[in-house]
Amino acid sequence: MKAPAFAYRRPDELAEALSLLADDGAQVLAGGQSLIASLNMRLSAPALLVDINRIGALRGIEDRADGIRIGALVRHVDVLHSPVIARQVPLLAMALPHVAHMAVRNRGTTCGSLALADPSAEMPALAVTLNAKIVLEKQGARRTVAARDFFQGLYQTDRQDDEMITEVIFPRAADDEVFGFAELARRHGDFATVGIAVRARRSGDTLENLDVVIFGSEATPLLSPATSALRIAADATAPMLADMAEAITATMEPMENHQGRADTKRKQAAVLLRRTFRDMQSRAFAGKGNGHD
Amino acid sequence: MTDLHSIAFMLNGKSVTADVDARLHLADFLRHTLHLTGTHIGCEHGVCGACNVLVDGRSTRSCLMLAVQVDGAHVETIEGLTASGQIADLQAAFTARNALQCGYCTPGVLATAAELLTGNKPTRDEIRDALSGNYCRCTGYHAIVDAIETVAGKRHGGAP
Amino acid sequence: MTANLKTGASLPRRTAARLVAGKGRYTDDIQVAGLLHVAFVRSSYPHARLKRIETRAAADMPGVVAVLTGNDLAKVCAPWQTQLALLPSHLSPPQMPMAQGEACWQGEAIVAVVATSRALAEDATESVEIEWEELPVVADVQAAALADAPVVHSAMTSNLGLDHTVSTGDAEAAFRQAAVTVEHTFSFDRQTGVTLEPRTILAEFDPRLQQLTIHHSHQVPHQMRDIFAAQLKLPLSNVRVVAPDVGGAFGLKLAAYPDEMAVATIAVLLERPVKFCADRLEAFVSDNHAREAKVHGRMAVDADGRLTAMDVSVVSGFGAYSAYPRGSVGEALQAVHMVAAPYKMAHLRGRVRGYFQNKPPSGVLRAVGQPIATTVTEQLLDLAARRLSLDPAELRRRNYVDTATATARSAGGIVLAELSLERCHDRLLQLMDYATLRQQQRMHRDKGIYRGIGLAAFIEQTAVGPTLYGAQNVRASAQETCRLTLEADGAIRCATSITDQGQGTSTALAQIVADALGVDIETVEIATGDTQLTPFGGGAWASRGTALGGEAALRAARKLKESVLGIAGALLQTEPDLLKIEDGRIYNTASPLPQMSLADIATTAYFKAHLVALTELPALEITESFAPRDLPYVAANGIQAAHVEVDVELGTIRVLDFWVVDDCGRVINPLLVDEQIRGGVVQGIGAALYEQCIYGADGQLENGSLVDYLVPMASEMPDIHVAHVQTPTSATTLGARGVGEAGTVGAAAAIWTAVNDALTPFGVVLSEQPFTPERVLDALAARKD
Repeated sequence: MKAPAFAYRRPDELAEALSLLADDGAQVLAGGQSLIASLNMRLSAPALLVDINRIGALRGIEDRADGIRIGALVRHVDVLHSPVIARQVPLLAMALPHVAHMAVRNRGTTCGSLALADPSAEMPALAVTLNAKIVLEKQGARRTVAARDFFQGLYQTDRQDDEMITEVIFPRAADDEVFGFAELARRHGDFATVGIAVRARRSGDTLENLDVVIFGSEATPLLSPATSALRIAADATAPMLADMAEAITATMEPMENHQGRADTKRKQAAVLLRRTFRDMQSRAFAGKGNGHD
Repeated sequence: MTDLHSIAFMLNGKSVTADVDARLHLADFLRHTLHLTGTHIGCEHGVCGACNVLVDGRSTRSCLMLAVQVDGAHVETIEGLTASGQIADLQAAFTARNALQCGYCTPGVLATAAELLTGNKPTRDEIRDALSGNYCRCTGYHAIVDAIETVAGKRHGGAP
Repeated sequence: MTANLKTGASLPRRTAARLVAGKGRYTDDIQVAGLLHVAFVRSSYPHARLKRIETRAAADMPGVVAVLTGNDLAKVCAPWQTQLALLPSHLSPPQMPMAQGEACWQGEAIVAVVATSRALAEDATESVEIEWEELPVVADVQAAALADAPVVHSAMTSNLGLDHTVSTGDAEAAFRQAAVTVEHTFSFDRQTGVTLEPRTILAEFDPRLQQLTIHHSHQVPHQMRDIFAAQLKLPLSNVRVVAPDVGGAFGLKLAAYPDEMAVATIAVLLERPVKFCADRLEAFVSDNHAREAKVHGRMAVDADGRLTAMDVSVVSGFGAYSAYPRGSVGEALQAVHMVAAPYKMAHLRGRVRGYFQNKPPSGVLRAVGQPIATTVTEQLLDLAARRLSLDPAELRRRNYVDTATATARSAGGIVLAELSLERCHDRLLQLMDYATLRQQQRMHRDKGIYRGIGLAAFIEQTAVGPTLYGAQNVRASAQETCRLTLEADGAIRCATSITDQGQGTSTALAQIVADALGVDIETVEIATGDTQLTPFGGGAWASRGTALGGEAALRAARKLKESVLGIAGALLQTEPDLLKIEDGRIYNTASPLPQMSLADIATTAYFKAHLVALTELPALEITESFAPRDLPYVAANGIQAAHVEVDVELGTIRVLDFWVVDDCGRVINPLLVDEQIRGGVVQGIGAALYEQCIYGADGQLENGSLVDYLVPMASEMPDIHVAHVQTPTSATTLGARGVGEAGTVGAAAAIWTAVNDALTPFGVVLSEQPFTPERVLDALAARKD
């Protein structure tokens, strides 16, 4: 199917883009990997596409005082190969190989993925896990929203129609932080049926301050509310990790679809989570003789 | 409604100018405006990889890019990759190994392989991962992996 | 000079060099001046009455040339109805290119918008207004079977489209006497072919000559020529159908599709060239589907592990109409008749019923029903092996049908000849190192890793002859023809009725012709796919290309050689028996020096025939046809094995390894044969693990995009090890059997048996294909509770 007709503008300056976005029916075109697909299915019919690909100010991954800044034109492939990301936001580096396929990663952008808020996509979940700061701009105004406040529902975010995400700022990983990531997809590169992202702090022989996000199965990335008291000890056994995983996944509200029922996804999430905990434990306490299954 | 835009870009090493409607995607532009029919369309939703071309050296779904967006870019299609000889070894290996049947996926697969082989020598699993965005209904993939593995070995100076 | 023989050599395809350079010429690649594009408004309802269609607003849209309804096309195109002489109950209402009055599946074409571009045509489809009256929907095949089920089409009285039984021996008694009886239910979800090149047709009508020329992404151009001529009331000689390069077919491109008939009709009606290229979304709801079946199977085995009887009951889903012209019964009939085909078994009772449903018509998909029969048989054998505490390989080894020489029939009536099941079996176990794998499996289980080994022996019907469709009064030719010409420059032109969608048949034919004539293969040119250039015949269906097309080519080559040597003999004043052709030159067997070339023969015969001292000049253009008439088909056989690992917590399945030993008779080109097998295997793995058209009870397809309909991709597929046993068939001089469907016939069954083997410790047997993670987990949960 061919896209419906629309107008197209390609401003060189952010200000011009923001001014174009003030019009009804205007939409940002960044990587286009979801937007153009939806146009080709006539699922959306914007009046105007504002192509931001020429705006130099939106490029670049920067190691800044307030964190690691990823501009709106940074593509998945840039994140995947960035030494800054590998060092400072290792969770992103862990997750990127699961994002789509090479050709899609070559065009698709981090910020575009956040703006779309596809429930099965990795970026929104990672932003919530790390509570990244999402910077939104519109003509004459700029605001920053915490990722944990940004995702509101299925494909729904706090972004207004006349706003665009100009950058996202991920906190720099601390030395004592340990991350975990896993997802279940039917085929490599497919959107996740269910996925897990975890951040924890290592303190002596335990991992604590757990942030656990479950995605894919939920309408928005689910930050588990039940983790503040949880700890992963170096010698925690598999059944202990399984109990933790089950307590956390009990709060899920999975969407039912052809990928599975809610109970199936909850069960799978618990397995993924237990294995992710196990993986984090073994990485955090390598050589310390962690518990046996 | 049409919204025509003038574009100028490098196509297979030659400069091209054209007026394109905003909604025309790159694959249709290449195929039906420029008559470069080696780029194929299999789904138009970015899944099958039949339309993969190289844009500024990177494999790109030409169904998920607007023609107007290639203004200023370097685009290489299978026709250009063939003419330049830069993937002649891959093409010879695909032919020798019968790594294609109907041939419809092949130009897109070759674009993926061309980009993959600009990096380190991939393992068999890495080749399969890189191909995971290219649908082939005929071969079962095994021969494609063989052919790319052979070329990777030769380019890195060793036995495959 | 046997050293130079091409037959049996792994020659690359000549076409491949063109295709890797992006020089394929598929239907959508063809440039035509003044071309118009068609976009269809399709039914969004699975069943609805069309109360009113308003097209005026659409007709006024930019670029629109015409907006046409079913009634408009009915003025030019006659209705058609699939009728099978031997199965009179398999009858759906007369069909038209587009629905008239009633739409019977979601996706059926209702209105055609013809415009100067596809985009403009699609824009205008949004302005077509249709007033619908929803009608009751029958989607699920079991719902269609209910006595009070609504009918799929108001012209029908019942949804039942097939009720067929088979009874051999006394199955009842065999089950009573059995040492072990096993039974299981099987469900096979609807699939579709997903050719990467969607269905495409370009129709041009020249009103001056009343000539219709169609470029068509299709497998059987001669069949389509016959149909276009009949429906559009044109003399056959006024219709030319050309299948250029075709981007995958797999049986999907065997049918006469209503929307494609519409395009041909529009070309005649408007006297303008028009093109339709199905986009991926409409492909999912308008391509023929396949495989939907529910099966209950029982198997009886004696105490020695001898298979004595099977009892199978199949319910098959046909969709809204019977596919034209071949019908939709093939899947269902094969599912019953092919059970236990590789095994000695005296007793079979089978019943198959097929029902129409408000879904796209079902049709042919690679291996037609054979994967169902193979899966049911092989899985039941494994269950019997468990009950007898016998190794599954050993149980099979005890039961293979022995038809080394004589012709036999399986209990389902399958004609078997010159098989090699035992040899294939032994070769496979050696190839995969079966004993070691079994050992490792036990070790892994102790560590909580669940791996399974699955076997699937199979019979593949290949090179199907005229008894299949001829007896049904269906005009689908089963003969294949080769017209071989010595060109004036000494080259050989081989025009074949066979079509080649990448299988490599053209290369195989060139090898056969080159060897039989004694010419350089580079001098053999193959013409295929064009009804104007090629002799009449079947095309590509039922694995016939090399087996039948190759046989016709071999026969033609031998005759042409006789002609050439006859003329050479006259010119050289030598007995033809003393002459031979090598590398395109004529030699006297007594001398190492060439006497003349084929070009010399051609030049003399075509321009200086007065020099040939023969009363009758032998023909240098030979046409030979072949179809198996003594046998219904040539059976091939083989065995496959899968090694899988099941993650019993996530429900996921990884295919670790795969092996095939196939006997397709004489192998003309191992390189091509192996890839045919591998491609077929992956389609079988796709069926077992991924592919399903998910329909709600409301008849709506819920996963009709390539994002949601999962096809097998490279990351998940294993390397596939292929080996051959070669038992040439005596049905032809060539000795080749078909191989196009072998991989698909057995691969799903090997996955079934492997996965269920992995789950043996849980006492769980999966029963629904594809094995989604949820289905795996559900089965495990049900057993544990």
